[in-house]
Amino acid sequence: MKRTHAATTLVSLAVASTLILSGCTPSAGGNAGSTTAAVSQADIDKAMQTPTTLTFWTWVPDIQQEVDLFEAKYPAIKVEVVNVGTGTVQYPKLRTALKAGKGAPDVAQIEYQYIPSFRQTNSLVNLQPYGGDELKSKYVDWVWNQVADDKGVWSIPQDSGPLGNLYRSDIYSAAGLSQAPATWADFASDAQTIKDKTGSYISNLPGNDPGQVVGLFWQAGAKPFSYDGDKTVGIDLDSAATQKVVKFWQDLIDKDLVSTDADFNDAWYQGFSSGKYASWQTAAWGPVFLQGTAANTSGKWTAAKIPQWNAGDDVSGNWGGSSDAVITGTKNPIAAAEFSKFLNGDAESTLTFANKQFLFPTTTDTLTSPDFTGQASEFYGGQKVNELFAGVSDTVSTDFQWLPFMDYVYSSFNDTLGTAIADKADMSSALTAWQDAVVAYAKQQGFTVK
Amino acid sequence: MSAAPPLRRTSPSRASAAPARRSTIRRPQLFAAWALIVPFLIVFAAMFLVPLGYAGYLSTFTSQLVGGEVFSGLANYTRALQDPSFWAGLGRVAMFLFVQVPIMLVIALFIALALDTGRVKGGKFVRLAIFVPYAVPGVVATLMWGYLYGTDSGLIAQLFRAVGLDAPTLLSPQNILGSTMNIVSWEFIGYNMIVLYAALRSVPTEMYEAAEIDGAGAWRTAWSIKIPAIRPAIMLTIIFSVIGSFQLFNEPNLLYSIAPNAIGSDFSPNLYAYNVAFKNQDINYAAAIAFLLGFLIMIISYVVQLATARKERLS
Repeated sequence: MKRTHAATTLVSLAVASTLILSGCTPSAGGNAGSTTAAVSQADIDKAMQTPTTLTFWTWVPDIQQEVDLFEAKYPAIKVEVVNVGTGTVQYPKLRTALKAGKGAPDVAQIEYQYIPSFRQTNSLVNLQPYGGDELKSKYVDWVWNQVADDKGVWSIPQDSGPLGNLYRSDIYSAAGLSQAPATWADFASDAQTIKDKTGSYISNLPGNDPGQVVGLFWQAGAKPFSYDGDKTVGIDLDSAATQKVVKFWQDLIDKDLVSTDADFNDAWYQGFSSGKYASWQTAAWGPVFLQGTAANTSGKWTAAKIPQWNAGDDVSGNWGGSSDAVITGTKNPIAAAEFSKFLNGDAESTLTFANKQFLFPTTTDTLTSPDFTGQASEFYGGQKVNELFAGVSDTVSTDFQWLPFMDYVYSSFNDTLGTAIADKADMSSALTAWQDAVVAYAKQQGFTVK
Repeated sequence: MSAAPPLRRTSPSRASAAPARRSTIRRPQLFAAWALIVPFLIVFAAMFLVPLGYAGYLSTFTSQLVGGEVFSGLANYTRALQDPSFWAGLGRVAMFLFVQVPIMLVIALFIALALDTGRVKGGKFVRLAIFVPYAVPGVVATLMWGYLYGTDSGLIAQLFRAVGLDAPTLLSPQNILGSTMNIVSWEFIGYNMIVLYAALRSVPTEMYEAAEIDGAGAWRTAWSIKIPAIRPAIMLTIIFSVIGSFQLFNEPNLLYSIAPNAIGSDFSPNLYAYNVAFKNQDINYAAAIAFLLGFLIMIISYVVQLATARKERLS
């Protein structure tokens, strides 16, 4: 009896305090997901002058130089940078910390495709009250749609990866081709020419990189995923657009015009330096990456736009890119939000990201800044590669969404479509198998599948 | 036979002595005994029993991304028993058990016997050279072999090309199991060899002399005297290898980055449990898989032990 009584008291106390809290202090939110009123400038000023330490999980190398800029502007705030691992290594740790209720950072780097999974668990602070909405105009449209929807602003975009086409101009000219393929049909006929005349593969389609394949789907106008932010998901991996992409590559793979080596490992790097692959359909972060892995081929590369499905079109997709989100449970949401906004919005900080760490920019200011676009790249024979990709960024389709469980979607890719690619097996039915696996998982996890 | 396991010989007497001892033992001794055991018991409980119990508890819940955790009894276990991925992984480790373990142990035994004859020149060096792979961390070994296996630039492929042959695709889905077996054998032949060799050294040499007088050659001595004499040691290596193959994880997990599509997410049951827990975010189901696997290992180890105990009684 006594225990029940105590419990009742506790519950009523808790209810009462919740009522009082929610009634009186609308803007003081640890759990800012429920806060809607905007934080005033006075609150921000006060927070930025209060000595605070923020923890920031990121895997961007040398990010201390941007953090230093922030700390120079706000001497009261100290930012502790922690690298707990790259992407898929970091997320499980973040989830564990969130579940445990302690040890989570104030701000964490999250790739675009994983934002919904952290939204679904209410782990991201809605940045709308922290001036999130006013930022919309600063960023490229499609990038902004990756971090915000009509329910809130969930993260601040850090970098992106619009798709282009990097090709070996020396191999192309050896095959008698004077320019990059404008359409995928050209790409297919060039593939045959290049193989016949030089022995190189025009490209490599890895079976372990769902990010690239989804980027190619994106470019073809597919909308395989949707999520309403709550319990409803749409899964349309097996559509006319995706089948078109898959059948196109299947044909080239069957004719042995495209190789299917796993990417981002030693053998693959050597494929670039040895001329095994004549081109790479890659993201805007690719040019600098390639420079590091195939240094001996300097000057032989050219950057071009990605081939089009319909002649005369100019559309691209995206592969990769990250944002910095404020994590629920932070004691200093204002400082954390200001930090993320500064890091990814301040002119000097974003330009440093772009020119020192080679993160492809997301703000229109940096994308149009001559300091960024004007750089000529020796590796690409003096071409202004940044300028080209800055132009591509505007052509990315704007309303691409993700599912709140991309970890599973990607690991299941490796078991279905990815395996079919690597084995040169039937990719079309493997795509259907991927669709089925993802739908089964979604239902089993309690989602409503549209 | 002199090399029968000491435990088995002493256990009956210990059991009968126990009640008598309880009455004669004095309090300070009892206290000292407990004081010595308690630290172990505490650590054992905190680091083994509690996590095990917690995992068992977790395995009886079903968690969903939408809706959270619900108690579901044995639902995760029935799900695992119907899960083709779980069975595929088990099938692969069973192949490991029946193909890799015999090959590895036969080679280890052969080397141990050869060294034991004392006729191998530079025996000490050979012993060390064969044992060294065991001292190489499994991670390093797998990465090293991964490079050797590489289809374009790997050493093996280059050798094949140098003599004008087609390079084998050692990292293809068809061959990856064999490639993994090779790595594990390379790592553990030395270890098993040392265990067997040490056992051989403790066999009394009079028996060999007696055999020699009876006219037995080296092969006959090995087959009829040495191998039976070290049966307990052989059993030990078998049990360890059985457990080792069911727990296969490091090698496929590391090869995954080199040959992701050949390995997949369910190469071995352990790897599958890991992927279920951390990629599919289904810790409860992963706990059930881990428990099932634990039960299986227990049963199989017990069966192996029973079989040998019976053989020993028969002989």
